[in-house]
Amino acid sequence: MNSIFYFAAPQRFYPLAGRLIPGLWLAAALLGVFGLYLGLVRAPVDAQQGQAYRIIFVHVPAAWMSMLIYLAMAGWAGVGLVFNSRLASMMACALAPTGAIMTFLALWTGALWGKPTWGTWWVWDARLTSELVLLFLYVGFMALHGAIEDVRRADRAAGLLALVGVVNVPIIYFSVKWWNTLHQGASISPSGVSMATPMLVGMLVMTLAFWAYCIAAALMRVRFIILAREQHTGWVQKTLEAP
Amino acid sequence: MNELSKLSATQVAQPLAAVPALPSLPSLLQGWRTVFVQEMRIAFRRPGHTLAALMFFVMVVSLFPLGVGPEPALLRRMAAGVVWVAALLACMLSLSRLFADDWQDGTLESLLLAAYPLPLLVLAKLAAHWCSSVLLLVLISPVLALQFDLSASATGVLFVSLLLGTPVLSLVGAIGAALTVGLRGAGMLMSLLTLPLLVPVLIFGAGAVDAHQADLGAGAHFSVLCALLLLALVAAPAVVAAALRIAVE
Repeated sequence: MNSIFYFAAPQRFYPLAGRLIPGLWLAAALLGVFGLYLGLVRAPVDAQQGQAYRIIFVHVPAAWMSMLIYLAMAGWAGVGLVFNSRLASMMACALAPTGAIMTFLALWTGALWGKPTWGTWWVWDARLTSELVLLFLYVGFMALHGAIEDVRRADRAAGLLALVGVVNVPIIYFSVKWWNTLHQGASISPSGVSMATPMLVGMLVMTLAFWAYCIAAALMRVRFIILAREQHTGWVQKTLEAP
Repeated sequence: MNELSKLSATQVAQPLAAVPALPSLPSLLQGWRTVFVQEMRIAFRRPGHTLAALMFFVMVVSLFPLGVGPEPALLRRMAAGVVWVAALLACMLSLSRLFADDWQDGTLESLLLAAYPLPLLVLAKLAAHWCSSVLLLVLISPVLALQFDLSASATGVLFVSLLLGTPVLSLVGAIGAALTVGLRGAGMLMSLLTLPLLVPVLIFGAGAVDAHQADLGAGAHFSVLCALLLLALVAAPAVVAAALRIAVE
């Protein structure tokens, strides 16, 4: 518990993040290559969807990450609001662009999959609509943060907005259950898995690769944010001067 | 503002060490009424702002038949959606100045310092805003429904859905208004923040009329709108209050 508070200081977190990043990039690359090999080469052709289904190896991890990152971002924003912790708000800020990219990727790959399978790029289905709203929420978070000059006020205002937006995440997650629309239901649920094992393994490996990528990208961004906000302090100037 | 500052002055006079007790219920109602009456008075003395939102609403709705063509069958299908989207935009337009004037002349700070719970005063302000600006949109909607050749019963459903849904627009829109108070380009930013959160209201509000036209009955949609209204009524004033404290500190 003490180490959490120890690393809550940006000055101490900065080198820790720097040490973690290379390993995370390596994990993302290796897992990504292995996952794509499993998904594109080893996994069998789907009986109904043919080869087109293979986009799930990107689509499903991206969609999971889009929701998860929002929760993580709102969580950090909440911690920042309650404990007035600078680093937590910086983490929320650093996660937002990655989350927005994941949401966009999920929507884009979904459209690419929808055209051959459903015969249309886009439908106003509950899950697609709520995922689009999630993208708007990310954009709103970043726009509000960017519009406020005072950084502490920006952190707090955007954090409050992120917390309000959390109501959307369960709506996305349960949308295929609540509204029986075009998007298919979950293939992986507590009661069992309705897909072949090589497909499942490929998807889980890709999910781990996405995790590693997202954490690495967020940590890199939070390092830049720390440098930018603490630029007047002695340790940042020393760090920047050092080779 | 005079009455309110008097109220807060009495509270400040008490010893600071003692935890101020929550005002009694009659006194809470008194505080609510003070803000409500004052806001209504301001709205009626400056009717231009209120009427601008109304005219915007009427004009946006009237533009659609010109844009998509005047076929009655098409218009009947899209009437509810058009009226709802226009109400949403008009509501955003009128809410964007909700706290801006108070912030500029310092009224907002005295609201924050008053001896009453801030969410209560926010609720009074919102109630006054809804009664003075938004209620007019709801009342005129049957006239606009005539332009779209809606049947009498569908017009009734549209009216009730607006009556239940527009307070949610005010309550949630106020969160955006409070977060962006005092910023450059606040109006645009406020819509960007708030509109995604209001998508469910639009879906169930316009959906009520669609369900009625498909002979499915609008009861379920009304229930969801009521649920959204209750949720917003409980949660939104507290969030607005938190946002105002962030903006003013």
